[in-house]
Amino acid sequence: MNPTAPTSASAPTPTAGPSRTPEAAPPARRVVAALAEARHLSFWAENAAPIGLVVLVVVFSILSPTFLTLGNLTAMLVAGAILVILAVAQSFVITTGGIDLSISATMTIGAVGFGLAFRAGLPFWPAAAVALASATVIGLVNGLLIAKGKVTDFIATLGTLGVATGAALILTDGRPISVFSTELLTLTTGKIGFLPYPFLLAAVVAVLAWVVMFRTRYGLHVQAVGGSEEAAVANGVKAPRVRIAVYVWAAALAGLASLLLVARIGAAEPAINTTYLLNSIAAVVLGGVSLTGGRAKIVGPVLGALLLTALTNGLTLLAVSQFYQPLAVGLVVVLAALLTRYQKR
Amino acid sequence: MTTTDLVLTAEGLTKSFGGVHALKGASITMRRGEVTALIGDNGAGKSTLVRCLSGIHRPDSGTITLDGEEVQLDSPLDARAHGIETVQQNLALVEDLTVWQNFFVGRELTRGVGPVRLLDRRAMREQAGQLLSGLAVNVPPVTSRVRRLSGGQRQAVAIARAAGWGSAMVIMDEPTAALGVQETARVEEVIRRLQDSGVAVLLISHNFDQVLRLAQHVWVMRAGLAVAERRADQTSGDELVALITGAKAA
Repeated sequence: MNPTAPTSASAPTPTAGPSRTPEAAPPARRVVAALAEARHLSFWAENAAPIGLVVLVVVFSILSPTFLTLGNLTAMLVAGAILVILAVAQSFVITTGGIDLSISATMTIGAVGFGLAFRAGLPFWPAAAVALASATVIGLVNGLLIAKGKVTDFIATLGTLGVATGAALILTDGRPISVFSTELLTLTTGKIGFLPYPFLLAAVVAVLAWVVMFRTRYGLHVQAVGGSEEAAVANGVKAPRVRIAVYVWAAALAGLASLLLVARIGAAEPAINTTYLLNSIAAVVLGGVSLTGGRAKIVGPVLGALLLTALTNGLTLLAVSQFYQPLAVGLVVVLAALLTRYQKR
Repeated sequence: MTTTDLVLTAEGLTKSFGGVHALKGASITMRRGEVTALIGDNGAGKSTLVRCLSGIHRPDSGTITLDGEEVQLDSPLDARAHGIETVQQNLALVEDLTVWQNFFVGRELTRGVGPVRLLDRRAMREQAGQLLSGLAVNVPPVTSRVRRLSGGQRQAVAIARAAGWGSAMVIMDEPTAALGVQETARVEEVIRRLQDSGVAVLLISHNFDQVLRLAQHVWVMRAGLAVAERRADQTSGDELVALITGAKAA
């Protein structure tokens, strides 16, 4: 055998090679296989988010006639867009084995950056650029602290959570900045068909994130670093760079989400938004991503984010007191976390 | 024998860690197309020597000559660029990734235009499959996760990966230390096939039977020096033990 150097990308490719991958099986057999799988706990663990989402939709549509109306579905998609984007960002961080506790504070900084820029007379697009830039700075600090400063992710992002929250309050004197912009109005009310713009934006983010995670070198490096940093480095992966980039991207996405947040509220608020932080982590856990890193998922966290949105929405429709919402979210997350123990490794 | 038969010559390598002199001027040679074994007691300096050759440590003094050319190996990537691949004892595999992903992580094949590049998954799967089936029997599908593989399969994957980069030399540190009898036999077969393909193998092993089965040449290390060399067909396990312990002078 001659060991060929696989750097030559022009390998002959058979047109119809036999495939060992399960996705090539005929649909009927796939259904049978899926039913056989359903007897195992691991099936429920792997698919906690989609199953939970379906269950919630069925239950809420029985309990409330409004739940499945077009108006309410659209409202849910608008409300869920921010969480979908944050969950995707958090999923990248968690795949490396890290966590970003500053993600919602970063979003707040983005919103405040937008508000200040807008109040200073900048038009929408430059103000949006300010939002993205100010959020990205937090991500860069996170990345440098964790990858270069060797500070534990938990502590580093807890620190920037505090700093960003404080900075947002200081910069605005603790008062919301009202924003009246036609672009923002379009962003929050416009739709194509019945799909509102915020949801389409979140969908584009999710699709791009999936491509980056599963079809690019960078995504493979993220998974490798999360799986075993030592092995990844031994194979030439620049782990610190991968880690920094993950926090920078997460923060940039939080900056993007901040635009949706400002559009939704009509003001840049220096509020703490703890719910978004907890729900972004909850969505990732619901999506079946292990907090120890290494196993990447994008669709799962997106469905997890939609599930949490549907849960909140449904409880509101049923006139359940707001006090019960964190309780319900907490229970669902703990249940999902218990289920992930039965995932196939 | 002329010097061109030597794929590697290490001469007078010294390396100290603080006050500990791990290598005190060790010299070894490796012949082209052969399996060279490196044996010695714990602390004899085998690992340090190997780490110098794979670019993890820089020797304090001494020279490393590859194919007649003196080289400086400043990093594992450097060693790799010179055609020296190392199969580490921990194998350096990412368990959560698939076999083909492990083959190519850090050296991915991509396709696309300009800066927009996507992984060429099919090409990588095929090449990984070819390299693996060329070396080993009972190969796992390249789409399976490493976590699901047996110890022997993992070893085969790590060896095939090391062999797959047109490398002139592969260093293996205790490749069968954690394996059962059957798996050991399979990995030994992989090493033989690797040798057949023209790659020089440096094998670190504590198992004398294995050394005599696989290697053509044996270097014995003691107290930071390579104290003796033997042709494998002209020595015995008893002699090797005597050389290692110092009961028999070189």
